[in-house]
Amino acid sequence: MADGIRDKVAIIGMGCTKFGERFDASPQDLIVEAFVECIGDAGLEKKDIQAAWWGVHMPDISVGRGATVLGAVLKLPYIPVTRVENYCTTGTEALRGATYAVASGAYDVCLALGMEKLKDTGYGGLPLAGGMGYKAPLIGFNMTAPGAFAMLATKYFSRYNLNPQEGKMMLAKVSAKSHKNGALNPKAHLRKEVTVEQIMNAPIIAWPLGLFDCCGVSDGAAAAIVCRADMAKNFRQDPVFIKALQISVSSGDEMLYTRWDGTHVEPAYRAGISAYREAGIKNPREEVSMAEVHDCFSITEAVTMEDLQFSPRGRVKEDIDAGRFNADGAQPIQIDGGLKCFGHPIGASGLRMVYEMYKQLQGKADKRQLKNPKIGLTHNMGGFPSNNVVSVCIVGK
Amino acid sequence: MVGIKSYGAHIPRYRLDRNIMQLALLFLGTGPLRGEKAVANWDEDSITMATAAGKDCLTGEDRDKIDGLYFATTSQIYSLRQNAGIIAGALDIATVSRTADFTDSTKSGTTAMIAAADAIGAGSLSSCLVCVSDCRVGKVSGNADYTYGDGAASFLMGNKDVIATIDGSYSTTHDFVDRRRLEGERLEHMWEERFIRDAGYMNFIPEAVAGLLNKYKLNIKDFSKVIYACSIAGAHSALAKTLGLAPEQVQDPLLMNVGDTGVAQPMMMLVAALEDAKPGDRIMVVSFGQGCDVFYITVTDKITEVKNKKAIKRNLANKAALGSYEKYLAFRKLMPVEIGIRGEEAIFTSFSIVSRENREIYGMVGSRCRKCGAPAWPIQRICPNPDCGAIDQFDPYRFSDKLGNIFTYTADYLAASIDPPSAYGFIDFEGGGRCGLDFTDCDANTLKVGLPMELSFRIKYADEKRAAVNYGWKAIPIIA
Repeated sequence: MADGIRDKVAIIGMGCTKFGERFDASPQDLIVEAFVECIGDAGLEKKDIQAAWWGVHMPDISVGRGATVLGAVLKLPYIPVTRVENYCTTGTEALRGATYAVASGAYDVCLALGMEKLKDTGYGGLPLAGGMGYKAPLIGFNMTAPGAFAMLATKYFSRYNLNPQEGKMMLAKVSAKSHKNGALNPKAHLRKEVTVEQIMNAPIIAWPLGLFDCCGVSDGAAAAIVCRADMAKNFRQDPVFIKALQISVSSGDEMLYTRWDGTHVEPAYRAGISAYREAGIKNPREEVSMAEVHDCFSITEAVTMEDLQFSPRGRVKEDIDAGRFNADGAQPIQIDGGLKCFGHPIGASGLRMVYEMYKQLQGKADKRQLKNPKIGLTHNMGGFPSNNVVSVCIVGK
Repeated sequence: MVGIKSYGAHIPRYRLDRNIMQLALLFLGTGPLRGEKAVANWDEDSITMATAAGKDCLTGEDRDKIDGLYFATTSQIYSLRQNAGIIAGALDIATVSRTADFTDSTKSGTTAMIAAADAIGAGSLSSCLVCVSDCRVGKVSGNADYTYGDGAASFLMGNKDVIATIDGSYSTTHDFVDRRRLEGERLEHMWEERFIRDAGYMNFIPEAVAGLLNKYKLNIKDFSKVIYACSIAGAHSALAKTLGLAPEQVQDPLLMNVGDTGVAQPMMMLVAALEDAKPGDRIMVVSFGQGCDVFYITVTDKITEVKNKKAIKRNLANKAALGSYEKYLAFRKLMPVEIGIRGEEAIFTSFSIVSRENREIYGMVGSRCRKCGAPAWPIQRICPNPDCGAIDQFDPYRFSDKLGNIFTYTADYLAASIDPPSAYGFIDFEGGGRCGLDFTDCDANTLKVGLPMELSFRIKYADEKRAAVNYGWKAIPIIA
């Protein structure tokens, strides 16, 4: 009987680049920047890494396909390298590959590295890059990511009787909180506090979402080295243990059948349940000390609080209003500034979130350091609210 | 008896006030006409408007016995790839066997009607849908720019249960050069208006009417309505006198509220006449192009059973001001518009997909589970109902004629569009099924969850590198 991966694998080193519009850096520069910090943090040599998982979502606009990029850039010595892609969970999928490989007993030490270079396209928002296949333009709608998630907000406001003012106010508080956190983080892309009023009055990107309801688009990379839990302390005294690593994928009924209510993300709820079971968490609202969730848009973070059972269904507004998720609240969310301030280089984001949890658990989060966190959770959601993949990773001491 | 079984029409929702045109264009001189003209939305063209009229015509009709589809236009989209075939696919007329495009002259709509009647009369077709539309562009500030409007009409022709019998026809042909356009040209050239009026309309229309009256031993007084194409308002009035028509016999040429819709003009006038017709009425239709076609019909008792057509009246009432001439220029691609680098990303069109999955893409035909009844689009081989999941047990299911409500929506200013914001959302359909669709013909600020919507066939995108205009169904607020 399978018993999951809880406490079988430890993170012994991590690296994360400065995120931003890195017009100064090539994709290869970003890969090296994250790797150098990561291997230095782990105190290993390259020859100790037995296999690697490489995450990039849109390689066609940066480095091209396949695993050879990572091998060639890092001059890895002919070890197995696997390229993974799974929408916005790509970085977490790289970590999942490395973690599962170690948990299986196949290897002792593995590398996960994710990178995305989005700012070579010449326009804002996520690139199109023909990523939906040839048939999509023939049958799909003329949409962007903000629009896809705006539909979650429209439906949420309608279902819970929030007028546009009330709804936008709830979302503005989500973004204001993240901006406040991000201002303290030297690796964040956007480092400016923004008031609720500024957010409410910003230009509309996709109704009802305004400019500050949307995360930035940026370049970045992040990496982790994992090893067998029982050997972790040979490398460092403060390893971080992986408690759960789960994903869930839509089954198609949300977008085709008329049952889904349009105000939540079903795979987020399902991945949460699986991860809590694996980690042995019974009351997520009380037991999860902090989380980095996929706040690609303010509404995504809001409904994720409900999907991950941090807030009761339809009542996240009360928790937002009470400041529960602020840095000084009972359950800080996006303590590093989130996607909101880091932007979302897709292949890197999942590992960037784990990086913050890792630093917090080690007490090395500088001005953002929370008081004695025990359990950290990261969450990525890729695709569209109606059809998506969600990852949940739980780490602890 | 061979005749008309049903009728339908389409007038684009946008109207351009000719006074607004005049303000923008005064430096070039004054325009020939006041009132307003109907303007195709940016995602409409002759194919989509013909399809809209066809859909209106087929409301409540059985489309499984139609074996012919004729399309008439002078603004054809493809010159190699049959336009009528695209319309047949869009309307999901699976039984169609003979299709043809009638083009190159503004009289080709009546030619298509007469050809359909002849084929049915001869027994080589049993039922034929005739779709007629025009979406023409003239040079900025020219006579055509002011005068032309966009619109479409459609008639289902058959030999049983007709609402009007087609009783006779008469045709003339003259190589009369009023307007011309060479292959590959977009904008028309027009000769002097006085010449067109005096040597054209005032000459050929009376000749053709006299020809028909003479051929069938009829008197002009025998007709309750006489419909004759004319792009010049003054000439239309003058012709009434020349033909000896009483005011109540004259059918309004729609010049002041729709514009000269070319091939579609006399056919749209016929739809308008049928909306008000009584059993026994006799109606004459005269087209004008390189010569004229004339045919006449007699309305039957079945006319009283026609219902739920948008026809001319409901389409005329469904209107919104376009507001600016510049917007018209942008919609018709007469003015280059910066839609951002995002909008420059190339979309690749795969014609093997277009061909293989034509019924799903153009016809919006999905699947309906035989076990639980759940409809879905695109086609699902495995039922999406989580409680069912039946494999390969489905029938084709047409969504294009279904109604629905907005499940959720947005209005997106980031998506590249000639008319931002790009509105889209999910529609939950009456009878089941949820589809993500573009919205069009709507004001973004009037959208709300639950709003009733219907579907309209529109341009999805133009792939100019690969000589393709691609089409699909979008959601529009229900036309009252």
